[in-house]
Amino acid sequence: MDKLPKWADVALIPAINLVLALIVSGVVVTFIGQDPFEALAIMVKGAVGSTYGWGYTLYYATNFIFTGLAVAIAFHARLFNIGGEGQAQLGSLGVALVCLSVPWPHWTLALPAAIVGGALFGAAWAAIPAYLQAKRGSHIVITTIMFNFIASALLVYLLVSALKAPGMAPESIRFPEGARLPTAREVFGFIGIDFARTPMNVSFVVALLACWGLWLLLWRTRLGYEIRAFGHSERAAVYAGISPVRITMIAMLISGALAGLMAVNAVMGEQERLLQDNVLGAGFVGIAVALMGRSHPVGVFIAAVLFGALYQGGAELEFETSVPREMIVVIQALVILFTGALDGMVRGPLEKMFLRFRKRPAPGVAAE
Amino acid sequence: MNYLDLVQILDSTIRLSTPLLFACLAGLFSERSGVFDIGLEGKILISAFFSAAVAALTGSVWLGLGAGIAASVVFALIHGLASITFRGDQLISGVAINFLAAGMTVLIAQDWFAQGGRTPQLSGSARFSSIDLPFADALRDVPLLGPLYAEALSGHTILVYAGLLAVPLTWYVLFRTRFGLRLRAVGENPGAVDTAGVSVVRLRYAAVLICGVLCGMAGSYLATGLAASFTQNMSAGRGFIALAALIFAKWRPWYALGACLLFGLLQAISNRYSSIDLVVIEIPNAFVLALPYILTVVILAGFVGKATPPRAGGEPYVKER
Repeated sequence: MDKLPKWADVALIPAINLVLALIVSGVVVTFIGQDPFEALAIMVKGAVGSTYGWGYTLYYATNFIFTGLAVAIAFHARLFNIGGEGQAQLGSLGVALVCLSVPWPHWTLALPAAIVGGALFGAAWAAIPAYLQAKRGSHIVITTIMFNFIASALLVYLLVSALKAPGMAPESIRFPEGARLPTAREVFGFIGIDFARTPMNVSFVVALLACWGLWLLLWRTRLGYEIRAFGHSERAAVYAGISPVRITMIAMLISGALAGLMAVNAVMGEQERLLQDNVLGAGFVGIAVALMGRSHPVGVFIAAVLFGALYQGGAELEFETSVPREMIVVIQALVILFTGALDGMVRGPLEKMFLRFRKRPAPGVAAE
Repeated sequence: MNYLDLVQILDSTIRLSTPLLFACLAGLFSERSGVFDIGLEGKILISAFFSAAVAALTGSVWLGLGAGIAASVVFALIHGLASITFRGDQLISGVAINFLAAGMTVLIAQDWFAQGGRTPQLSGSARFSSIDLPFADALRDVPLLGPLYAEALSGHTILVYAGLLAVPLTWYVLFRTRFGLRLRAVGENPGAVDTAGVSVVRLRYAAVLICGVLCGMAGSYLATGLAASFTQNMSAGRGFIALAALIFAKWRPWYALGACLLFGLLQAISNRYSSIDLVVIEIPNAFVLALPYILTVVILAGFVGKATPPRAGGEPYVKER
């Protein structure tokens, strides 16, 4: 049954896809007159060469863990949630409303409330497309794309009317001091380590907990089993008494909630006020992260850190050379292209190769 | 608001509808053949850049148009390779193409022109000049219809009229030719087409290529007709509005014209007024801009007329053995 051994499927193919994407990126860098190896060295040094680099890398990674997990759980139910961007925007609204409505005395109280607010608003924004998919058969990809635009229009409107702070800029007032999350500098400083001033904050821990929680949900609960069964074969799932409407709704609600949680890191932890565009494409990076991480929480974590390093390294690259920041977007596009759309290009020949070397399946491997 | 204001709004409606119309017809060909394309946005953007860049470098807008179409076709071929040849996920391929265009345009623009990701301003023969329809001046003084003809319908660039002509042409190709019949069949039931001895792969590639050419015209018009240079991310979601228009039109050419004009009108209104005062309530600008997306969701929900996509859309065809 299995054409490929498991390690090839989870590690070798993503690695080959990533290398292909990096080779093409290197060609692009050469084409605009830079040395690709030098560029790579600058990016690696900028991303992980100092506590400053690490702080930014993990700050970005926190965003991408949330959006990546959001895409991943939807993938498990064979739903493509391309609306992480809009759900995260609504999540930022939820977080902002929580932070602004109460004069929080301490962050330990504000954080759980903001988590609930962000998750609820994100889930609510995913609920309508999910309902339309489950009940009316409207294609979820199209509806979630449309909801991204509607979310951004909603935020633009709110920030020039009800939530606008006095002054010219379309943004809300600053969150109260009690809603400020401790940064990595403060946490590490407490135990005597000098960590540079970066936006990395305790939300990183929340992201790690979310990874673990999702793994628990998917592989250790009945609901997770039902979601995966539904994703593998809708017909078999229906035959086993699993309701497609229920699974579609639940998977999308969790997905939207996870995307909404991103705002805890970006809005509450960094910007400390509501801005018009506070997601900055992280919702879409989640697609690349989930594809590269093969929709497994551990894979998502590794891919998110890689993309965090890419974003931080790309910023350094722009600073030190004439390569614009958009190089990151190109690399991201190539990763999505090679790991997502052109997967068959690598998989086909590789399957043939493995079959040639392994005429008979080893006993016990074929089970699963 | 007087009559002349109305005519001016209609004039900018036609301008703003044109890129939507090209992209919408592009999506129509692709999706009717069973290849979903959410990469319209990326193809518009890449062709907008190459048309403006080549027009700026050579001073010829026609060379610019050619370069824009060529760039868009290359991206269409990537989409075809991923979704037809390697049977990958068409939606993911579309997402990748959008990002590739967003990144590459700025990267190359910065490398070629070093003006912060834009091209130099185009002028003279590097832009499409406007064409006056016959008797436009003579008929200007005719009451009501005169200004409508002279101001709103006349005085656009050749691509606008090409776009309007593309609608009946698309209808003819899709519904009155053998190629069109096969193209629609391959989007509904590729197995049947294959059984009849017609190549599914070749038909889908043809559709994807036509999609590339039309997107190239959309992008070229955007950068050399509507605007006078390329600026970062200038497509600004037009590819997705075109996609919305396609669904709104239920994958039909004439309806597509109507949908694109409607969405163009909404853009024209929101460009002109910061908010609309309807005596009872004031409609904010953001709502007018979001209206195409809201309308599309309502149509998709099937509460007002059901939009059914081509049945084999989004699925790669695997030949039976």
